[in-house]
Amino acid sequence: MNLRSIPLSAWIGIAGIAIAILCAIFAPVIAPYGERDVVGEIWLPAGGDFLLGTDNLGRDLLSRLIYGARTTIFVALAATVVSFSLGMILSFAAAVMGGFVDQLFSRFNDLMMAIPTLIFALVVLAVLPQHLWILILVMAVLDSTRVFRIGRAVALDVAVMEFVEAARLRGEGSLWIIFREILPNTLSPLLAEFGLRFAFSILFLSTLSFLGLGIQPPAADWGGMVKDNKDGIIFGISAALVPGAAIATLAICVNLVVDWLMKRTSSLKGGRGDA
Amino acid sequence: MMESGPMTGPVLTDGTAGEPPRSADLSGVPAKPNPTGEIGGTFWRRFGFRRPLAALILQRLGLSVGLLFAVSLMIFGGIEALPGDFATTYLGQSATPQAVENIRKDLGLDRPWSERYLNWLGGAVQGDFGTSWASKNSVSEQIGKRLGNSLFLAFFAALISVPLAVGLGMLAVQFRNRMPDKIINVISLAAISLPEFFIGYLLIMFFAVQWGVATFPATVYDSMSFTERLSAIALPVATLVLVVLAHMMRMTRAAILNVMSSAYVETAELKGLSTFRIIARHAAPNAVAPVINVIALNLAYLVVGVVVVEVVFVYPGMGQYMVDAVTVRDMPVVQACGLIFAAFYIFLNMAADVLAILANPRLRHPR
Amino acid sequence: MPELLSVKNLKIEATSYPPGEQPKVVTLVEGVSFDLQKGKVLGLIGESGAGKSTIGLSALAYGRGGCRIIGGEVLLNGRDILKLDRSGINSVRGAQVCYVAQSAAAAFNPAHKLGDQVIEASLRHGIMTRDEAEKRALYLFRVLGLPNPETFGDRYPHQVSGGQLQRAMTAMALCPNPELIVFDEPTTALDVTTQIDVLAAIKHAIEETNTAALYITHDLAVVAQISDDIMVLRHGKTVEYGTTKQVIEAPKEDYTRALVSVRQTKRDEASDQSGALLKIERIHAGYANGFKVLHEVSMHLPKGQTLAIVGESGSGKSTLARVITGLLPPSEGRITFDGKELPRALKGRTNDELRRIQMIYQMADTAMNPRQTVRDIIGRPLSFYFGMHGARKTERVKELLDQIEMGPRFLDRYPAELSGGQKQRVAIARALAARPELILCDEPTSALDPLVAEGILNLLLRLQEETAVSYVFITHDIAIVRAIADSVAVMHRGRLVRFGPKSKVLSPPFDDYTDLLLKSVPEMEIGWLEKVLKTRRMESAGN
Repeated sequence: MNLRSIPLSAWIGIAGIAIAILCAIFAPVIAPYGERDVVGEIWLPAGGDFLLGTDNLGRDLLSRLIYGARTTIFVALAATVVSFSLGMILSFAAAVMGGFVDQLFSRFNDLMMAIPTLIFALVVLAVLPQHLWILILVMAVLDSTRVFRIGRAVALDVAVMEFVEAARLRGEGSLWIIFREILPNTLSPLLAEFGLRFAFSILFLSTLSFLGLGIQPPAADWGGMVKDNKDGIIFGISAALVPGAAIATLAICVNLVVDWLMKRTSSLKGGRGDA
Repeated sequence: MMESGPMTGPVLTDGTAGEPPRSADLSGVPAKPNPTGEIGGTFWRRFGFRRPLAALILQRLGLSVGLLFAVSLMIFGGIEALPGDFATTYLGQSATPQAVENIRKDLGLDRPWSERYLNWLGGAVQGDFGTSWASKNSVSEQIGKRLGNSLFLAFFAALISVPLAVGLGMLAVQFRNRMPDKIINVISLAAISLPEFFIGYLLIMFFAVQWGVATFPATVYDSMSFTERLSAIALPVATLVLVVLAHMMRMTRAAILNVMSSAYVETAELKGLSTFRIIARHAAPNAVAPVINVIALNLAYLVVGVVVVEVVFVYPGMGQYMVDAVTVRDMPVVQACGLIFAAFYIFLNMAADVLAILANPRLRHPR
Repeated sequence: MPELLSVKNLKIEATSYPPGEQPKVVTLVEGVSFDLQKGKVLGLIGESGAGKSTIGLSALAYGRGGCRIIGGEVLLNGRDILKLDRSGINSVRGAQVCYVAQSAAAAFNPAHKLGDQVIEASLRHGIMTRDEAEKRALYLFRVLGLPNPETFGDRYPHQVSGGQLQRAMTAMALCPNPELIVFDEPTTALDVTTQIDVLAAIKHAIEETNTAALYITHDLAVVAQISDDIMVLRHGKTVEYGTTKQVIEAPKEDYTRALVSVRQTKRDEASDQSGALLKIERIHAGYANGFKVLHEVSMHLPKGQTLAIVGESGSGKSTLARVITGLLPPSEGRITFDGKELPRALKGRTNDELRRIQMIYQMADTAMNPRQTVRDIIGRPLSFYFGMHGARKTERVKELLDQIEMGPRFLDRYPAELSGGQKQRVAIARALAARPELILCDEPTSALDPLVAEGILNLLLRLQEETAVSYVFITHDIAIVRAIADSVAVMHRGRLVRFGPKSKVLSPPFDDYTDLLLKSVPEMEIGWLEKVLKTRRMESAGN
């Protein structure tokens, strides 16, 4: 792979993600004001001292946006990593062991997927106490059902290949077969899937926060900021749209990269001309 | 439900094409009719052999009922197993042991959970979901009013989005890899990434606040006329349409492209048939099943999409009812709404599968 | 006599999109010219990648998957069809020129009845009325020997067998009474015994209707039975073009000579066939769903010799290989290896038992991990069984590469960078690395072009002389059996039909099935098809 073969759209995506991550890491350095400091009148328009204006409590919108990147990206990434690890381990176990284990995991997964994710989250979060790690865990478990499904399909695709059979005939153990034979051949589609899950996590977290069930105030996060400022809309104050646009932009950037990864995967698989 | 049959291995190693594996993409396809002739077996097996279509559909219906039952168990029992006590969380900060004791008795939480579950399930089957903890009203009564509103919203969203998505998908196929296709691709990619509430507020900002051509909030009440209702739901419907459109269109495009690149379409082309006939006679009958599948899946998504849209537009539907109940931890309402949403979702997914089975010629005309 | 089809100086290009690189324009066909007269058959023959299908489709002015015809003329009755507009070309396709694809199973629309699809082109082009078309279809179904011709058209594609579908596709092409039919490997995907019947049906039908044909195949022996002229192609260029008699009996070019003489090697069997390295006794086996594949199969193989197992798809020959490896434990019977009974299942076998039996697959593509280099692929058995590493391992890998006639420069290549024959050689080296006593070869040459396959067979024979390794060689090809086997087992529908030394099994008196099988392998001899059809006793069951 060389850098030149990466299309412009993917470069835009990569740049967007990089900016968001830089904001998240260096938030205290970049942000002009503190995350929770009330610095002016409420809902001041953009411009002047406050580049993007102020929010419903008179806090600087830009600063909160930068700090919000931190929370949003951290929670979404953590949830994705956990869901991915969980989904991959279980799906590869199911694919390699087969038989009863596979049946058990797959049927339970079908059951979990029979309930829409958001509805499931609402029901569960209604009972559980509100903690950040509980939120991450709930998001991760719900999302891992999707990872399990695709992971199992991909692993099964590879597991029936003859080189895996050849490794079995040689007497290799399950660990070798998973890590040396199957995993290297599934990385590309799984990487794309990781991006897709990450984009979904960002949207899902924002939705939960918007509904008041995600990250709790006064911590800044993009979905919560929309909720805080939504009452201004009716007066023509666009403060709620700014974090909304941030969510959309980040999700679009991730999707642009995913789109490229997927195209790359499919062109690796196909391309068998018949002459 | 994309499982490949366990028999693919040995079939492939012999290296001859023979016949393609039959409908490995459908779940629950009964094992290939036993070639050694042990047809005797049970009644079910004989039935599945003679009427594979009916057997498959019955199987799928049964699966859905079982799934719904398991979901009810999960929504009720699964929650029971989670840490935290309803009474304590319900009371929040003011939970003294005495108050907790009282409220437990009050809400009937002192009985064993299996008894409460059976009670609840028995009621739910008859349409009785108990009383709300918060308002002490009958849950079923509230849901009765709001479910209609939600379906009204989803119905009109589907009415607009389905033809639009299928049309755009076909347009994209027609101009495959040319400008219109690329534009549609980029726009739909962006649209997939927009959160529902962002689209909602964007529409409100422009159409209701700046230009004043639409109403906000989208309140509906009983005395409203039909046209008044329609104008009230214009923005929420537009939001829902935008949310599902991109997904549905992309999936439609993929489904049609898959059919168009098949060998039998090439055969039709080499017969010198007109483009119209190729599409109408050879591509369409085979594309119907996957496209219907796409539509049903997206309708299922739509049902869930109403939750956020209702909150944004303060629309008195099921979604808002549920979200409000979750914030005050009103469990009977949460459970009832959860079960109904899940039921719709399961039903639509089942409809998608059944339609796919019905549209499969291999199953409609068994050997 | 005026030419029906005259192709002049054809040039065809395609754009390929290698991942991560700029798109590349490849020339598929260059400078190809030929003439075809009414009612004659021209055979186009070549290896995969020779451009033969692409040339065939140019007779319909059709470029598949991004192929573009950029130069030359395709004159049909003196008119250049490459210059026609869309409606002009549509009036040629399906009316004057028809096409028969390799995989009829994919080429028929699953949603419509066979009969409707067969007569569609005739009706659409206004060549005949529905009544006439249906009558003609019935006539063609009869000529092509389809069962129950009256009701055959009411069936759906998935309801009939592969051999029948291929004939139905021929009927579909013949129905509008075209002047020319392009047959694109019409029998390649079929079983050997079915192939002969379909080939005979096609030959009979085009003679009967006096239709001209372009017959595309990779098998010179097949094309010798059906064509008047032959064009040999390689890498998109003409190698040799002449009458069938001249090309088969007096080829001018080296490449053609090699193609003609391929599969002529015969080897004498070992005289002493006593003793057994591998002994299979009364094996029964089947799958978990109750489908039984093998019934009471017994055979044995002496040390250092080759046992060929012949049969068609569904005969259970590949299943038998899975039973020997332990992938599919038998339900009854036992397998003895070097005097010791082998545990039935893979899990019960020791690493040393596994080492002594190695396997080579039909598809070298899928048998090697695409993310490992040749060094890793061949080296893994060395470190796994013998604990070799570092310089010693590299030395041994190089030795093995020498043994399979590939140099050390291949050490760090990935499978995708090797040709089909090279991949199969690496697979052989991987098996050899374990120093096995027995190698199971599951059709290792059937996916390869004839000359490459010949090379692999010679390599296997040489390795046997050098290392005294034994082979169980699974194949459907009698010619290969003649070339390499000491003893032969013929299998049919999961049962052993015949077993013994090659000279006995392959000489009369025959049982019916062996007779059919032996007479189904086309020989490089003009008029062979007619001769065989007259003398054989049994029709193939698979059609």
